[in-house]
Amino acid sequence: MKKANGTVFKFGDNVDTDVIIPARYLNSSDPAELAQHCMEDIDKDFIKNVKKGDIIVADKNFGCGSSREHAPIAIKAAGVSCVIAETFARIFYRNAINIGLPIIECPEASKGIEAGDEVEVDFDSGVITNVTKGTTFQGQAFPEFMQKIIAAEGLVNYINQK
Amino acid sequence: MGMTMTQKILAAHAGLDKVEAGQLIEADLDLVLGNDITSPVAIKEMDKMKVDGVFDKDKIALVPDHFVPNKDIKSAEHCKCVREFAKRNEITNYFEVGEMGIEHALLPEKGLTVAGDVIIGADSHTCTYGALGAFSTGVGSTDMAAGMATGKAWFKVPGAIKFNLVGKPNKWVSGKDIILHIIGMIGVDGALYKSMEFVGEGIRNLSMDDRFTIANMAIEAGGKNGIFPVDDIAEAYMKEHSTRSYKIYEADEDAVYDEEYTIDLSTLESTVAFPHLPENTKTLSEIKEDIEIDQVVIGSCTNGRLDDLRIAAEVLQGKHVKKGLRCIVIPATQAIYMSAMEEGLLKTFIEAGAVVSTPTCGPCLGGYMGILAEGERCVSTTNRNFVGRMGHVNSEIYLASPAVAAASAVTGKISGPEEIM
Repeated sequence: MKKANGTVFKFGDNVDTDVIIPARYLNSSDPAELAQHCMEDIDKDFIKNVKKGDIIVADKNFGCGSSREHAPIAIKAAGVSCVIAETFARIFYRNAINIGLPIIECPEASKGIEAGDEVEVDFDSGVITNVTKGTTFQGQAFPEFMQKIIAAEGLVNYINQK
Repeated sequence: MGMTMTQKILAAHAGLDKVEAGQLIEADLDLVLGNDITSPVAIKEMDKMKVDGVFDKDKIALVPDHFVPNKDIKSAEHCKCVREFAKRNEITNYFEVGEMGIEHALLPEKGLTVAGDVIIGADSHTCTYGALGAFSTGVGSTDMAAGMATGKAWFKVPGAIKFNLVGKPNKWVSGKDIILHIIGMIGVDGALYKSMEFVGEGIRNLSMDDRFTIANMAIEAGGKNGIFPVDDIAEAYMKEHSTRSYKIYEADEDAVYDEEYTIDLSTLESTVAFPHLPENTKTLSEIKEDIEIDQVVIGSCTNGRLDDLRIAAEVLQGKHVKKGLRCIVIPATQAIYMSAMEEGLLKTFIEAGAVVSTPTCGPCLGGYMGILAEGERCVSTTNRNFVGRMGHVNSEIYLASPAVAAASAVTGKISGPEEIM
């Protein structure tokens, strides 16, 4: 599987889906339109500064709140290649896997990475490298079943292949 | 090692004698739910699947409720997409404006959710139906699409936290105060990936509407589901509302729980969650300062049921909303609206200076029908007080029971009903 490599945007605990994509924009389901408002209520410059391939690193319970799949869709369409967090809220976790947005749980990485660091993630091994600081972390590997969904780039393709 | 109530329901729906926490299973679904925000995304995903329509037209519920009656052109397009999908697939349980209600109040009322079911819904508050002894959980649109196509969903079997409820709550203490107390105690990720299983003799003292409110907010503690044992109160509700047969599951005596709490309901007070997390709770007696407010919302899938409106009306009877404050009352379904009308509750609200809306999720998620301006504060019976949830990023939401919301509407600051009655 592929690797991610990019500059880090750092967030704290309990980043909820209402700040990832506010409900006032949920009258659209167009990924490009949603991406334009990604993280707007927590960091209004996020969408101006994020580049394709960049990585989000957060503390615990990332993606809590509503079940809106628009949240991982907006993050993915904004160009983010991976989200690393201490823990994820469970619906966000499912949704990210189901739409093919790579996510990885790693409390040590969430503590050992700062905004602006260059980070590389190897999805096969779960190894996260902080290139800026020269440190590495072992993220939690996915169960085999989820790896199959991720390899198929989402649940729909996985079901179609079955 | 025994199984929890949730594990027993999941095992039965996966065709297994036994499951344990952490195990990945595929379970048969009794109902798949979607609304006007999540269904259009699911429909688009389902179109990519190599399937000939839905697995069972009777086991899908489509409820446009978030932005209806359509708030703008884009919302109207979403609703049209859902309506046309429902027509094309001959979905039995599609609820148009006029018959719709807020999904999690509507489905139990229509008898579509009963004990022993496995239910997924593309809405995080799908956990509400645990009040009837069902396993129900929120998912995203792609899971909804897969559920509609195959009638199955994958789950990681959850561990559980047991909440032993004892005693009887005081007059103005409701299900909302109980669940806010619990979230304040364990935090917004206190039950992450887990079941919240409520047990104990105190449950006898809780109406079905109280139980729906408690199960509804399990997600606000990060829970996968909230679930209640099935007693005669739950059975009476199901017999009144449903023609479906139900199955009662009970946790094994030797079921394993990750944590156990005992909560004496008689010691709880009215509780308010301060901005910007549901875990930031204070009891009314802990609030020393005057917190002046601009708006009150009484409604939502959490607290828009008949008991909630009765309590609010009892507090507002013969009183008036403070001048300059907006009080918005939203009955959760047409049937609740009708009952509230027949019981004279709507008259009480209107005479008190409140407005009464048609059923909608509306302001709860900052959609419409009560959006907050910069710097405004709202006491709301809804379920989330995140940054920007009800409007401007610099507005504030205080989550409370219908009794506290109604009393606060009269005084213009966060208040308990004792202050004005």
